[in-house]
Amino acid sequence: MPTPSLAQSPGPGADSSLPELGPDEGGWTTIIRAQRHLLDLNLGEVWRYRDLVFLFVWRDFVAAYKQYILGPAWHFIQPLTATILSTVVFSKIARLPTDDVPPVLFYMTGSLMWILFSNCLNGNASTFTGNAGLFGKVYFPRLVTPLANTISKLISFSIQLIVLMLFYLYFTLTGATVRPSAWLFTLPILAFIAMVMGVGTGIIISSLTTRYRDLTQLLGFLVALWMYSTPVVYPLSMVTGRLRSVMLWNPMTPVIETWRRGVLGVATCPPVQLWYSAAFAASVLFVGIILFKRVERDFMDTV
Amino acid sequence: MTSPPSALSPQLSALSSQPSALSPQLSALSSQLSALSSQPSALSSQLSALSSQPSALSSQLSANMTVIRVEHLSKQYRLGLIGGGTLRADLERWWAMKRGGEDPLAKIGESEDKAKLGERFWALRDVSFEVKQGEVLGIIGRNGAGKSTLLKILSRVTSPTSGAVKMKGRVGSLLEVGTGFHGELTGRENTYLNGAILGMTRREVSRKLDEIIAFAEIEKFIDTPVKRYSSGMYVRLAFAVAAHLDPEILIVDEVLAVGDAAFQKKCLGKMGEVSREGRTVLFVSHNMASVRSLCGRVGLVHAGAWIGLMPVQEAIQRYVEFTRPTDDDPSNNGLATVSFTRNDRSDMSLIALRATASDGEPLRAMVPIAGEFRIEIDYVVNRANQNAYVTCGFVDGEGMYVWWRYDAETEIWGHRKRGVYRAQLRVPASFLRPGEYGLHPSIVDPMSSVLDNRGIAMTISVSHSNTLLERRGVTWPSVIMHEPGWETVELATE
Repeated sequence: MPTPSLAQSPGPGADSSLPELGPDEGGWTTIIRAQRHLLDLNLGEVWRYRDLVFLFVWRDFVAAYKQYILGPAWHFIQPLTATILSTVVFSKIARLPTDDVPPVLFYMTGSLMWILFSNCLNGNASTFTGNAGLFGKVYFPRLVTPLANTISKLISFSIQLIVLMLFYLYFTLTGATVRPSAWLFTLPILAFIAMVMGVGTGIIISSLTTRYRDLTQLLGFLVALWMYSTPVVYPLSMVTGRLRSVMLWNPMTPVIETWRRGVLGVATCPPVQLWYSAAFAASVLFVGIILFKRVERDFMDTV
Repeated sequence: MTSPPSALSPQLSALSSQPSALSPQLSALSSQLSALSSQPSALSSQLSALSSQPSALSSQLSANMTVIRVEHLSKQYRLGLIGGGTLRADLERWWAMKRGGEDPLAKIGESEDKAKLGERFWALRDVSFEVKQGEVLGIIGRNGAGKSTLLKILSRVTSPTSGAVKMKGRVGSLLEVGTGFHGELTGRENTYLNGAILGMTRREVSRKLDEIIAFAEIEKFIDTPVKRYSSGMYVRLAFAVAAHLDPEILIVDEVLAVGDAAFQKKCLGKMGEVSREGRTVLFVSHNMASVRSLCGRVGLVHAGAWIGLMPVQEAIQRYVEFTRPTDDDPSNNGLATVSFTRNDRSDMSLIALRATASDGEPLRAMVPIAGEFRIEIDYVVNRANQNAYVTCGFVDGEGMYVWWRYDAETEIWGHRKRGVYRAQLRVPASFLRPGEYGLHPSIVDPMSSVLDNRGIAMTISVSHSNTLLERRGVTWPSVIMHEPGWETVELATE
């Protein structure tokens, strides 16, 4: 009996059973090939999967409520704790100025926008590693995951905005000095820039973590570092000289500052800088998507 | 014919010296016997012909359309990169290289055949075939033959290195049941979620919800979180969702290996039904019995190469042949030993399979086995699993499981702690008819899942050289053979 050694040849008699491919009849609905264009986002397919986007968002909320004792209150707790902590540590203990605005309002305004950014970043940073089980077993357009993730974060941002409005109302009624300006109407733009920057950075990191697993450990540190170099818990007005010009290179600075300018009427960052933030966010998202498309093709081979 | 030993009785030697006198009788007997044994299969083929009539009709309607066309498909993996690196490791490597040192992370004394970093290998090489509409195509092959790679490419989980796959119609692939199930959500909620993950819209799920619930037989618990389901219920619901996906092309992995027998039967039935509706099914399995009952043609994969599409019988026969250990295989020195890559993500994982003689000495491959021999299965327990069984099946050349044992009779069953174990199974070879047997080890938790399954991992050859029939080259007509049989006394002399 000949022993089959198939590394070289398919064995005796196999050629006869190898079917010749007939003529290509055409009319295919799905074609899987090795090379796909990196910028081919296939948004039509994402649209066909819109129900999945909806269900992912819905799952995030429902599952979270069922899991946590505090349920829906969770959305309020995050900005509230950040505000209380900042008020106690930075205002009461460290006595950092808040540009004559009630500290609670000052910190809440800043941290709201920061939380949107960092949630988008953290939420998408584990897209590949966190969904390896799912991605390895079933196909759907992978962009659905960051999309759904981002929508969840936007919804929770909207809920948090309501909390801010309540506090805002309370402080204006008790006669605090807040001077909202027309910049308030840039809120959708600011939120959009913060979101895009967060998502872009997040998916860059998620693509890199498929190669470098230890990047996940660095992530928390990086986000904290970024936060302290952004005027979230202190006003930009207290930073002067060279440090200030360095801080203006931080693309999140103009976003937070303009947001405060709109809500509280205090800011020193020139609004023109927003163009820089927008450009930065767009490039980060662009790089992120290219990396994402690159990794999505064969990331299952490395898990 | 060898000359009979001198110890043989004169009668016997007389017999063997007159082969012409006996052989017509013998051959008549064996032909009758084989006719007998082939009757059931003739019947079943009639039955399957009957049941396949609707599909024949529908495929005629669609003018024998090709719905899957695989063109020169290849997939290359880079070894060493699997598992991912760390930034620290890369930086260390970069620093060492820069200083002209050697790679600090290369293991010392790593054997030659182990993968070097970046070395490439072909998991699939130049695979081409076509599948017609309404066909149920089985795909079989050893572990690591490339069939799961093929499956992953077809289900778009990973992309090919070269070549193309073209398909017509909606594709549903089931590499696992219950993908994306969330424990906190209820059965109903998970049905929607899982349905959407598989590509259904919410409206489609709503339309089929009642059917899905009825199929899964969980009417009472549909609004209970699935974390409180028994594993059987969980699997039933998961399969029910997938079964109602209604794709034109269904790609199924061994999901049928779970659940109780009745439900498995139902699933197989559902798959048959799907194909009769003119849909195409691609079925990848280790379970020869279900491949045999479901599939018309089978594609055989071996070592990354596509051996071809062939009738079920032929494919199973060749599959069993491929699992025979060969003398030129350097990894086992021609001994009947197979080692597996340990999977530490599973509760329990197989490490090695060995066939030994009754005195514990390893058998050589293809050595005739007479009397008793032993199967040794080494496995590791990563997490204590009270319900798991270590099992071993014996599969004959036709894909039939002639014998299957699980280790519930051992004392250790039910309280294994973490560690490495060796299970021994004594096999009285005398009851196996001469021939080749594939050994199929697995670790199964009957309540939920298959913890480890490597398919037919090795083939041993059983022969009873002392039987007269075998010496004459007659195939043993029955599946079971047991030595002590006849005893004849003379009742009366006439």
